[in-house]
Amino acid sequence: MSKNRLSDSFIELSARERARALLDTGSMRELLDPFDRVTSPWLASQGIVTQADDGLVVARGTINGQSAVVLGIEGSFQGGSMGEVSGAKMAGALELAAEDNRNGIPTLAVLLLETGGVRLQEANLGLAAIAEIHAAIADLRRYQPVIGVIAGTVGCFGGMSVAAALCSYVVVTREARYGLNGPQVIEQEAGIAEYDSRDKPFIWSLSGGEQRHATGLADRYVADDVARMVDTVRELAAAGVPALPRDQRIDEFLALLDRIDVDTQPDSARVREIFGKGVKA
Amino acid sequence: MSEQHTNTAASQRGRVWFEALVAGGSPVAGLPDSVQAADIELAGRAARVIAVLPDPANRFPRARNGEVGLLEGWNVARAVSEAVKADADREDKRTLIAVVDVRSQAYGRREEAFGIHLALAAAGAAYANARQQGHPVVALIVGKAMSGGFLAHGYQANRLIALNDPKVLVHAMYQAAAARITLRTVEELEKLAATVAPMAYDIGNYAKLGLLWKLLDMEQADAPTADDLSQVRQTLTAAVADILSSPRDLSCRLGAETRAASARVRQLLRAQWA
Repeated sequence: MSKNRLSDSFIELSARERARALLDTGSMRELLDPFDRVTSPWLASQGIVTQADDGLVVARGTINGQSAVVLGIEGSFQGGSMGEVSGAKMAGALELAAEDNRNGIPTLAVLLLETGGVRLQEANLGLAAIAEIHAAIADLRRYQPVIGVIAGTVGCFGGMSVAAALCSYVVVTREARYGLNGPQVIEQEAGIAEYDSRDKPFIWSLSGGEQRHATGLADRYVADDVARMVDTVRELAAAGVPALPRDQRIDEFLALLDRIDVDTQPDSARVREIFGKGVKA
Repeated sequence: MSEQHTNTAASQRGRVWFEALVAGGSPVAGLPDSVQAADIELAGRAARVIAVLPDPANRFPRARNGEVGLLEGWNVARAVSEAVKADADREDKRTLIAVVDVRSQAYGRREEAFGIHLALAAAGAAYANARQQGHPVVALIVGKAMSGGFLAHGYQANRLIALNDPKVLVHAMYQAAAARITLRTVEELEKLAATVAPMAYDIGNYAKLGLLWKLLDMEQADAPTADDLSQVRQTLTAAVADILSSPRDLSCRLGAETRAASARVRQLLRAQWA
């Protein structure tokens, strides 16, 4: 019998299934699971049905036998947006992982980032939670890798794209989109000539996984395959923390900014010329 | 729709307050016109004041009105990290003061293409790193503190201080775009903002969330009087003293009843963690 292709797809998995796949077999234990029923206190009054885990899976376990936590955003609930509860689950778990490290238990984190950013129905509490997630990643990554996985299909935007940028390593697939502002928001704020939110090939050519990897803004480009994703995360978990986080290469990036044309708009080839690894070599 | 809920013309608030606070200080060289920094003395302690300001001649057209764009993110990171490096061997780390009047992040094709998300991360991480290294970090919100702009410049501070003024606001997205994304009308959003505190745009509702350390009444927020300036300096000084005797994380933001779920989630996680 031929192999069922869908069963190998990582993207087809729910956040909970993705977390289970990445942790060592049999090691997963979920915290604040749906039966704890900690739901958003803000959505019901706005006529929106809540979800029992608020769209965020906190999975404890091991990776390569080492203490780990996988924080999986469920992109199918409210676009993976970060509300008060889902944001606090991610920030709080990262804070505990950092505390573990200070107490002599090396704990690493994997973030499954399928999110449009702030949940606008909880606006300022989502934004505050994202600031706390940034603080917690910046703390934890000093001790152990924080691995961001953007598999698809939601993509990773808004304040959570900044969270991804803070990760020790970022893993993308071809389906992933990774950037600050969602296409609709750019079009709304800057006009269709600046950014056409309906032009999918254009959007993927600038913010898709392949382009982000080719321009050095993502560390691994992986096929949509469970086994390859698991191997990649294990390899990065074992690699330890990078010598210098990407966001601290300030002089290097400032020098690259000087080369950006301001009279013409860039296409993907031009971005690769300026940011691509080939040019540096 | 009232003026302050929309993405309108450049504000001079940030510049007015930055210049008032750094009068007599030494400017930090090598920064673009849209990022200003200066070293001052505040109640006997060294401090670096940093602001992102409008620059109509900015090389990047989408970042000319005070938005945090590529240049701004990376240069705020530089201004902060240079102070951290310079103070590495000192015990009394200088205070970092972010004067916040940022209308948003920059929305544009160049910005997306060249990784504005990383530029914002660089600025936010620089402030977080300064905080971890023992620098007191304070944000003074004098105007808009919008979304990615605020995440990069201000939201990593140990203490947040805001002026109690109609032009001061903190939010995730302007109403027109928020309406489009959430499939609501602007009128529906305004109605919700009146009853759902985290959706409101005004600083009074923001203060209910327990994230601010102090909210200051001013005589003239647009052109501070001597009394206004002295009250702000005293509050900054008090914030530094408070920071120096507290944990350097962001836990002081978790006390409010309106944000009870944020604290409860952490308690439950801790109980189930080990």
